Amino acid sequence: MPEASVLDRGEFVMTVCNSCRYCEQYCPVFPAMERRTSFAAGDLAYLANLCHNCGECLYACQYAPPHEFGINVPKTLAEIRVRSYESYCWPGALGAAFSHHSVSTALGLVAVFAAVLMGAGWVAHGGDLWRATAGDFYSVVPHDVMVGLFGSVGAFVLLAFGVGLRRFWQEVHSDSVPPSPTAARRALGDLLTMRHLHTTGVDCTSGVETRRPWRRWFHHCTFYGFMLCFASTSVAAIYDGVFGWIAPYGYASLPVVLGTVGGLGLLVGPVGLLAVRRKRDPELGDAEQTGMDESFIVLLLVTSATGIALLLLRNQPAMGTLLMVHLGAVLALFVTLPYGKFVHGLYRTAALLKYASESEAEERR
Amino acid sequence: MISLHSDVLVIGGGNAALCAALTARQAGAAVTVLEHAPRACRGGNSRHTRNFRCAHDAPTDVLTDAYPEEEFLADLNRVTKGEGDPVLSRLLITRSTGCPAWMKQFGARFQSSLRGTLHLGRTNVFFLGGGKALMNTYYAAAERAGVRVEYDAEVIGLDIADGKFQSAQVRMGDRTQTVTAKAVVIAAGGYEANIEWLREAWGDAADNFIIRGTPFNTGTLLRLMLDAGAEPIGDPTQCHAVAVDARAPRFDGGIVTRLDSLPFGVVVNKLGERFYDEGEDAWPKRYAIWGRLVAAQPGQIAFSVVDAKVTGSFMPSVFPPVVAGTVRELAAKLELPAETLEATVTAFNQAVRPGTFDRATLDDCQTEGLTPPKSHWAQRIDTPPFWGYPLRPGITFTYLGLKVDDAARVVMADGRMAANIYAAGEIMAGNILRQGYVAGIGMTIGTVFGRIAGEGASHYAGG
Repeated sequence: MPEASVLDRGEFVMTVCNSCRYCEQYCPVFPAMERRTSFAAGDLAYLANLCHNCGECLYACQYAPPHEFGINVPKTLAEIRVRSYESYCWPGALGAAFSHHSVSTALGLVAVFAAVLMGAGWVAHGGDLWRATAGDFYSVVPHDVMVGLFGSVGAFVLLAFGVGLRRFWQEVHSDSVPPSPTAARRALGDLLTMRHLHTTGVDCTSGVETRRPWRRWFHHCTFYGFMLCFASTSVAAIYDGVFGWIAPYGYASLPVVLGTVGGLGLLVGPVGLLAVRRKRDPELGDAEQTGMDESFIVLLLVTSATGIALLLLRNQPAMGTLLMVHLGAVLALFVTLPYGKFVHGLYRTAALLKYASESEAEERR
Repeated sequence: MISLHSDVLVIGGGNAALCAALTARQAGAAVTVLEHAPRACRGGNSRHTRNFRCAHDAPTDVLTDAYPEEEFLADLNRVTKGEGDPVLSRLLITRSTGCPAWMKQFGARFQSSLRGTLHLGRTNVFFLGGGKALMNTYYAAAERAGVRVEYDAEVIGLDIADGKFQSAQVRMGDRTQTVTAKAVVIAAGGYEANIEWLREAWGDAADNFIIRGTPFNTGTLLRLMLDAGAEPIGDPTQCHAVAVDARAPRFDGGIVTRLDSLPFGVVVNKLGERFYDEGEDAWPKRYAIWGRLVAAQPGQIAFSVVDAKVTGSFMPSVFPPVVAGTVRELAAKLELPAETLEATVTAFNQAVRPGTFDRATLDDCQTEGLTPPKSHWAQRIDTPPFWGYPLRPGITFTYLGLKVDDAARVVMADGRMAANIYAAGEIMAGNILRQGYVAGIGMTIGTVFGRIAGEGASHYAGG
């Protein structure tokens, strides 16, 4: 459970909001709040993960600091959000990771993994590692090693996601009726468009009366870039496993095209997100999460940058080194997925599904 | 001493002030706004508002159906008992129609349709995010347009000669500046935050009043203008007051300190006795009499007592109820005489006649042979847990103001018009509102007369 003082604060904030309700048309957090009269840990976790941190409600709030109530909904929900990540995470002991991320630990992890891989490569290949066969990644890391390593890490990550989601869902969705297909479609639409970041027709705020589209667009680049890279890997896995077509694939092949476009998205998106963060009013978030946020963005960036470098230089002698660095980055990204900022997407999706389900039930009444 | 000059000086920083400033600036005038509050607290009582009342003949993007001028006027006259200035009332209503479009040009945003609490989508336009969001929009528009805004700028003196404004003395930090202007718009609100002044009409009771809005509405400008020979209007002994939670902050508690539990139980004073019909009429219509009722009770405190049957019938309030398993225990927790409270509840329960409870209508649940009676929603208070809320009078605004003409020009006591002094907003609302209140009309008065004052002042300054 998130620590009591944060939850107490959240309960007070939501109680003030619920007796004011001026913000009710900004986003789903407020209608969802109005459906409740008390705010237990599960309610707060749901509301916190429903919040897209657009920031409008801070500037509109007559009870924001310096008012003695000191209401700051985006910041309070951000604090509850990270504590919800910690409390639903599996295995629970790794929940401590969320508050210990930093850009240097992320880069350090990349370096360690790359070094271990290179060490293993050195043992296997000796000096040949630096003179690898043009474009043939498996000559550097054998096919079975690659599949075994990333397959097992991937399976573990999926298991961790599943347990976390299940814990979250059990707490926020107490009624036994599963969400309908309509609710699921609505939630998927909300997720893919992130429309609640700009519910009011314009974009999210970075300061008082300063609304900019960039945060949303850079997030879209990042999200869709990630999905395309994921699709690229999946297609490649099918090529390999089903058809027995072994990499490398040509520049015009589907895995390479998907990976290239996705990789570019993952270059532009993270760079943009890092830039807009610097221009955003710090009051809109929880400064203590900077490490968690930026380490994830940097890992995405390092992964895409090394991936694209690898593609461009795959016929060069540096390929072996680059491959090890890239795989180190991918590995660092993967093992931290369940214990870092990535999980916001999981709980956000579940919260959107809950909201769609709740709204549907209300509309039926 | 440094001197500052502009064409139009606007004193105040709420809705009326910003509407005047934006209008005058659009007309080409150099405009300075003096806001007493610091930037973080700017916007006067407008920051606590939510909507404004607007006449319209057909549905719009932000209003349903139609709200004809005649109906608006009838609603207004019903609460003011026809005492408002008929010319200004008519002008207000006619000019309200164009306000949403005017506001939108500065980026003002409205709720699309109402799911909210008051169900006023036909008569009232709701600001997206409320009044503070609107003030943020106006201030940003003013900055873009080149209006000079001074925060922490308190006007402490006016130099008015023969009904003509010359300059204002302004305290900014530890300096005092003289600000001159060709014309001035006074939109500095009422005096509800000035306890000393309230004591003139209310005596020591004023010490127990809670001020629902900004602590900056001290009435300095109203006093300066009256001292300079302006004609007063409105009843100095009246103010708009509702019953708020006694635990509310002294200032700026705004909307969340209101309590809607009153019609669903009994209300007792600190002697444990009832003193008024809690179910007299639909709550929104009776909401605003309870401030004065509580103010008239000993110690200016009262207590709303309800039982478990009705706790879901009213809007949650920000402070938790005092909860007890018996009426006697509740009395102890609220520090009320237990025997009297028990006797009051018993007598009430015995007087309750059977009926069908319906919070949405004037139902048939009433008492018989009880003084004072409870005319609707009377149900026995017998189901634990029992909830109690302490109540205090919460002042929203004052009625005493400056008399103006239909160009928002200030009328002097000798009957002449001030040459270049305009007033808008709460400081002149008494021209229209001598008593009572209709939801959202404060912002309508501020917007309409702010614009009229801005037009007049910029025209005077340019001519």
